[in-house]
Amino acid sequence: MHKLSVKDVEHVARLAKLTLIPAEVRKFQKQLVKVLDYIGQLDKVNTANIKLTSQTTGLENVFRPDEAKPTGFSQNEALSGTDKTHNGYFVIDAVLNKET
Amino acid sequence: MDIPLTIKETQEGLINKRFSAVELVDLYLARVNKYNKDLNVFLTVTEDAAYKKAKEIDKILGYKDTKILSDYPLLGVTVAYKDLFLTKGIRTTAGSNVLKDYIPTYSATVVNKLKKAGAIMLGKVNCDAWAQGSSGENSDFGPTQNPWKKGYVPGGTSSGSAASVAGNLSQIASGTDTGGSIRQPANFCGVVGIKPTYGAVSRYGVVAAVSSFDSIGCLTRTSYDSQAVFDVIKGSDGFDSNVRDFNYLKPKNKLTIGIPKEYFISGLDKEIEKSLQQSVNSLEKMGMKMKEISLKTTKYAVPAYYIINTAEYSSNLGRYDGIRYGESRKEFGQEARRRIILGSYVLSAGYYDAFYLKAQKVRSRIINEFNQAFEEVDVMIAPVSPFLPFKIGEKINDPLKMYLADVFTVAPSMAGIPGLSIPSGFSKSGLPMGFQLMGPRFSEYSLFSLGEMFEKATDYKPNVAKL
Repeated sequence: MHKLSVKDVEHVARLAKLTLIPAEVRKFQKQLVKVLDYIGQLDKVNTANIKLTSQTTGLENVFRPDEAKPTGFSQNEALSGTDKTHNGYFVIDAVLNKET
Repeated sequence: MDIPLTIKETQEGLINKRFSAVELVDLYLARVNKYNKDLNVFLTVTEDAAYKKAKEIDKILGYKDTKILSDYPLLGVTVAYKDLFLTKGIRTTAGSNVLKDYIPTYSATVVNKLKKAGAIMLGKVNCDAWAQGSSGENSDFGPTQNPWKKGYVPGGTSSGSAASVAGNLSQIASGTDTGGSIRQPANFCGVVGIKPTYGAVSRYGVVAAVSSFDSIGCLTRTSYDSQAVFDVIKGSDGFDSNVRDFNYLKPKNKLTIGIPKEYFISGLDKEIEKSLQQSVNSLEKMGMKMKEISLKTTKYAVPAYYIINTAEYSSNLGRYDGIRYGESRKEFGQEARRRIILGSYVLSAGYYDAFYLKAQKVRSRIINEFNQAFEEVDVMIAPVSPFLPFKIGEKINDPLKMYLADVFTVAPSMAGIPGLSIPSGFSKSGLPMGFQLMGPRFSEYSLFSLGEMFEKATDYKPNVAKL
């Protein structure tokens, strides 16, 4: 059995900014242990001296001229997805809330 | 008047003035309005845009000459977009409540290309949220029904796309495929689906799922139509650096077709196996040479895939912070949460090598095996799904069971090769069956041409479900 614990699930959820209720944590832990056990069969595949694959196109360093094109958004368009704006800026939650 | 089922029939009807584009839109929208409540295919119906485009086409038809189809190769073809394709000014949800009110400020390249080619958008169709799933049941807007049999899944994640074509609510539909999301729903709904080579079609303006897998394709009723749409959507746009205008392999009339024995596992449905054997017999009669081959790493494709899949998802879904657009992360559904957690876990310190790196190496082995096999054979034939369309609710509580639905489609996805899903008939219970053709990278035209030859040899007629 894989050792993914309830604590691991809570920890990873916090890193991923997900709020889980306790019942969800327990459910995911049970389901993901099963998935990880299944994934564990990869240990049987010999991958010594095998290079990793991160993409299949074979293309590398695709460049284009560094030119501004008039296809970007206007400020209004960029802001159109939210109601929370202030003087043409996005309003976000405070990241720091204490003076040090 | 009956709605013409193929692109050619539609265009002949328009050019010969048997009906106008506006009349065509009337007919489709009447069906959408009548059947959508039961099937849950369309999330947004774009009636105004459809009529605007139809009027434009009728105008063009009034003064253009015979060259009209080279200027507008998809003239009058109605299209339903999987709700993963951004459409300027029209809500795009990705099947998730996180984007339930999101109105994009630009359109996907594929949307722009189809529009320019004369296609008429009818609306945006349902899909598994973020393109995660194999049944359409993961949509936050409820499951889509299989038009051939109510109560059964249409497959996923391009669930609404496949159902819209099968139910004759649209002539064609766009789809995306990471691990089988075009090929499997096409198979479950008795339509043709192409998952192109990774990098053949621009992903610009399509909600990112698993970036090293995401392929953009379409669902149609014939291989010929599939090729017609692919011709329009392929090629570089300057916005997706994976896309180049590659040289495609030239189709041949006589092919050696490989049958990978690992795709005939004990769990394969007997009726599907029998139907596949009949298709193999037809191909042999057509003069194709069949050859048994072995792809030993096949069984490791699903476990490796779900490591890479969840890892890339956890990264791609990180952008949904509810600040610039969309709702907060509280709106993520169960499957998205599950994958974000698993993906963050396999990428986390101490586990990266054991999981992510290992999976990327297994991926290399799978690719090597395909490359070797394609030295011996031109294309391969295999089942698409180990089982027939299943009942809604049957697998939804067991994620692992659902992941195994992808067992025949993820290995080719790992290798980034194209796959064409073709219908071959129906089971005793009235559910669609079919097979997939796979070829080396950029062999799309070999697959289309073989598909067409097969359809001709077996007297295949485009078919839609009686609703």
